[in-house]
Amino acid sequence: MKKKESVKTTTKTTYQIPIGPIHPALKEPVMFEFEIDGERIIDVDVSLGHVHRGIEWAGMQRNPVQILYLAERICGICSYSHPIAFARAVENACDIEVPERAEYLRVIHGELERICSHILWAGVAAHEIGFDTVLFLTWEMREKALDLTEYLTGNRVTKAIIMIGGVRRDITSDMVPKVQETLKYFKDNFEKLRHIFLDDKTVRLRSQGCGVLTYDDALKLCAIGPTTRASGVKKDVRVDQAYAAYGDLDIDYMTPDVLTGEVNGDVYDRIIVRLLEVKQSIDLIEQCLDKMPSGDILSEPKIPKLLARVKKTAGEGIGRHEAPRGEVIHYVKFDGENDNPYTWKARAPTYNNILPWIPMLKGEQIADIPIVAASTDPCISCTNRVTIVDNDKNSRYILNREELHRMSIEKTRRLMK
Amino acid sequence: MAKGLPKSFKKALWVYHCNSGSCNGCDIEIIAALCPRYDVERFGIRLVGSPRHADVLLVTGPVTRQMVDKVKRVYEQMPDPKAVICVGNCGNTGDVFYESYNLVGPISNIIPVDVHVVGCPPRPEAIINAVAKAWVKLETLEAEKR
Repeated sequence: MKKKESVKTTTKTTYQIPIGPIHPALKEPVMFEFEIDGERIIDVDVSLGHVHRGIEWAGMQRNPVQILYLAERICGICSYSHPIAFARAVENACDIEVPERAEYLRVIHGELERICSHILWAGVAAHEIGFDTVLFLTWEMREKALDLTEYLTGNRVTKAIIMIGGVRRDITSDMVPKVQETLKYFKDNFEKLRHIFLDDKTVRLRSQGCGVLTYDDALKLCAIGPTTRASGVKKDVRVDQAYAAYGDLDIDYMTPDVLTGEVNGDVYDRIIVRLLEVKQSIDLIEQCLDKMPSGDILSEPKIPKLLARVKKTAGEGIGRHEAPRGEVIHYVKFDGENDNPYTWKARAPTYNNILPWIPMLKGEQIADIPIVAASTDPCISCTNRVTIVDNDKNSRYILNREELHRMSIEKTRRLMK
Repeated sequence: MAKGLPKSFKKALWVYHCNSGSCNGCDIEIIAALCPRYDVERFGIRLVGSPRHADVLLVTGPVTRQMVDKVKRVYEQMPDPKAVICVGNCGNTGDVFYESYNLVGPISNIIPVDVHVVGCPPRPEAIINAVAKAWVKLETLEAEKR
């Protein structure tokens, strides 16, 4: 109530726009409240919790092998990142060694998910600025990645490939040609994608100098993943901690200055980082296929034996993994009497990347909300219903997702004139 | 398609998608169904931005406590005749989240569901099949009105 009054007295033309929590295309329900002065965004507030399913609580009633399935369903797009972080936490707590071949297989699946996720994101970002042709182009590419995922793991989205102490399925020598064929397809199409996103005038006009996150803000607000790397912060679990087989592979931080020689921290830089990472992932999978040693893929194939070992463990473990959106951390604690964890805590990358929205969006225009929001990859802006409350006239009008999208397209057209 | 039915549903079947707390798995498969590989727009099926324009409601997710009234509101905003499709195991039964303290679902507890699609997540083919089934229901309703 107090907030509203202050809004009224400061300026005549301040609006409040709640966005969410229902938005029918992608991603989870979440609610944002924007304070608008004309077209400029003055303040942003976030409220989370609409997708709270009590997963951690449910996990504490189950044993680690059952939790793998639960962890997979924390997020359908990071359906590999969560189980691997959890499995690494359990391996850390129970001192389970992972066979070397399994470490390489884990890298391959992780990088495949990154390709999938970044291509998906590229399509959504293009959609947000009214470039739907690219949405269809990228999703067609994504289907190729899904085909490969299905070939290697047996499912398109929830893969169930991770097991505590290794992976469930091997990549045999007769499967390698299919993997190489798909990688070749990506390489052939990568140039096309790079050209569309980095050379196209429309994309440049909409993304350069828009939604800037400075180096200091990125550090202060603990941004992670491509969002922080686009601001020049060198932070990547794959390099910092070199888990799984990453230590043996040629990998470096992907910051925008690798390509352009400068760091601006805007939406354009975040596009550059993701595109570079797609290329890096293709390269990493190829390296893995070359260097992969032969041997076991699972340290303990008998599940009752594995659970008995977990039951005897008293202690805690942490598992970190660089998911496509940033670092994901899982923490588990076992009490030494039960095989279900005493505590299980998961921290997903989007939590860290939500707060940087505030400096990114402040001072931007309403038409930029979709692309700035999408640039951190929570894809919140898709399909929102927006209500604009005009404090002076005391009237309400509703902007649905299409109108928001239309405003975004109109801005692109204005810029092109 | 049943015989002698009105033309109103023959080409334009508009779908509204509502996420009631799902993990995004079903949601990306719904988008995949709209994209070039499966391309449902060639049948006139398209995703719309407002429930007021929609004939079919696709609900994903196990319905968390915070989302109950929102799902109900979306359902009430849709014009008649309407059909509801529940996509994914968690909306049908609760799936891995079945014992959670924050779930009000399955979705059939909250709004009437016409077609259930199983799978975690279901393949785009299954979702397209479900929409086709909803189509038959809508046409039957239209025919009864006459």
